[in-house]
Amino acid sequence: MRFADTLRFARDAAAGYPLRTTLSVLAMSIGVAAVVVLTALGDGARRYVVGQFSSLGSNLVIVLPGRSGTGGFNPANAITTTPRDLTIDDAASLLRAPGVRRVAPLAVGTSEISFGGRLREVMVAGTSGSYFAIRGFEMAQGSALPDDDWNRGASVVVIGDKIRQEMFGSEPAIGQLVRVGDRRVRVVGVLKTVGQGLGMNTDEVVFIPVAMAQALFNSNTLFRVLVEAKSREAIPDAKEQVLDIIKQRHRGEEDVTVITQDAVLATFDKLLGALTMGVAGIAAISLAVAGILVMNVMLVAVTQRTAEIGLLKALGASGGAIRLAFLAEAAMLSAVGALVGYLLGQVGAFALRQAFPVFPAYPPDWAVIAGLSTALGTGLLFGVMPARRAAQLDPVQALMKH
Amino acid sequence: MPLIELAGIARHFQLGDTTVKALAGLDLRIDAGEYVAVMGPSGSGKSTLLNLLGLLDRPNEGTYRLAGTDVTTLSAEEQARVRSERIGFVFQSFHLVPRLTAAENIALPMTLAGIPAKERATRVAAALAGFGLENRAGHRPDQLSGGQRQRVAIARATIMRPALILADEPTGNLDRHTGEEVMHLLEDLNRQGVTLVVVTHDQTLGARAHRQLLMEDGRIERDSADLADV
Repeated sequence: MRFADTLRFARDAAAGYPLRTTLSVLAMSIGVAAVVVLTALGDGARRYVVGQFSSLGSNLVIVLPGRSGTGGFNPANAITTTPRDLTIDDAASLLRAPGVRRVAPLAVGTSEISFGGRLREVMVAGTSGSYFAIRGFEMAQGSALPDDDWNRGASVVVIGDKIRQEMFGSEPAIGQLVRVGDRRVRVVGVLKTVGQGLGMNTDEVVFIPVAMAQALFNSNTLFRVLVEAKSREAIPDAKEQVLDIIKQRHRGEEDVTVITQDAVLATFDKLLGALTMGVAGIAAISLAVAGILVMNVMLVAVTQRTAEIGLLKALGASGGAIRLAFLAEAAMLSAVGALVGYLLGQVGAFALRQAFPVFPAYPPDWAVIAGLSTALGTGLLFGVMPARRAAQLDPVQALMKH
Repeated sequence: MPLIELAGIARHFQLGDTTVKALAGLDLRIDAGEYVAVMGPSGSGKSTLLNLLGLLDRPNEGTYRLAGTDVTTLSAEEQARVRSERIGFVFQSFHLVPRLTAAENIALPMTLAGIPAKERATRVAAALAGFGLENRAGHRPDQLSGGQRQRVAIARATIMRPALILADEPTGNLDRHTGEEVMHLLEDLNRQGVTLVVVTHDQTLGARAHRQLLMEDGRIERDSADLADV
């Protein structure tokens, strides 16, 4: 039998039993679509998080008070008590390190802001002008915090865009005197809206000089020190230098944790990569199930078409020709299923991206290739057994079944 | 020149504990161009004989020489080749592939043999014309009458120009008139030199053949050729 004839025969055979064909194609396509959509989700989550971390600022080294057991990112950092304060002077001293370009102290707390009878709870970030440069914040109006002596804060505030809207509405905000906690401060700048940043929405934050924040919260310690290295390559050096300086200042005790953005990124990247793999694994199981379904369908086809197989043998078809015809049919079913599934998956991923524009739900290439080839592979693999069974049918017995 | 030579052919089936002897020590010789009717009651081994002649089944004992070559020792693939080139089947229930059109059904043996599409088309067109099926080419079996179906089946059996046509109750599912037509077609083929073996219950049908074999209990009880010799 010629190859083109085998294909045509298989196609006609598949088309001859529409329900059976549709079901197996559907099973296969759902499997492939599941792989595509789930990996798009997983990989989208990974990219989203990585993107968020990157927007934190570039070449970032973060100093946290307290020593964590591991060098990497650790949730315990958030709850351990601080053995020794990380002070403003500590932060300022980091500027001595040769690998460091900018340093910004950060003290965080909540307080109230009031203006003209309006009162609102806000998140207060005590920092310096360099913070805005490190984070890459842009000003909508006015200027950033002054970068003068960190220990002597001026009575100024920079507010987020949402705070401006709620406190001032259409009135001009720059130059107004507002109350933050028990301090009267002058609004010198309004941040350009940037939306959701990881963990805090900068539109709803007010920034005051770090010394004032410490006085406001009655605390000497900093929440974080943000350090910007001179370049990406300088990050490991900067980390060492920062650690050394703090250690010197803290009498040789290494009681801070220094994490680099890369380390955090790598951790999340690894974590979410594993998640994607896990999800892909689950989807792969559905592919295997689809493959087994194709096998079932082909076995049913062999039973259903026993008489036909007997006839083909009587007409001179060799076992090989029959095996090939059934294998071609199984391959076709899974190929069409894979293709339909791929398109469905892409449509699903597209719908996800339309629904959540910030979420880059693109299926990774490896998943698409793996999904398609697994579909074809299982289809062929599970097609072998029915094809062999068909080829081995005894023609007399087969003809009797009519 | 004998087309078919059977010597000591035995075929038995295992049914549970008992062994059923469908054919027992059968010797038979059919010359090229003969028209033979195989008759006998149900279970006498007619169909088994036909299946053996058609290489659809293998005997447990004995040798089968087709056109001088021993075909019992051939592999399954080689037997498929012999079936393809030398043997045409006509069945009682037609055995057309329901999803294929009349033309495609007729072309099927050629398709399986790997004959190019162009040659297939010319030969199918000739066959359709020869069997009066020109305007039925695109019809599927369920759109054809019983007689038309059997004509398609005969066209299919002859499309590879086999030396031997085996017909198992070819008129069994047809009314008397169409049955008659079908038999005429088969007999025409025989007149053109094709060896024709027909298995039938029908006495009158059997009587039309030039030679009658009466089977009983897996043996040839009576062979009209022997009687003629005496």
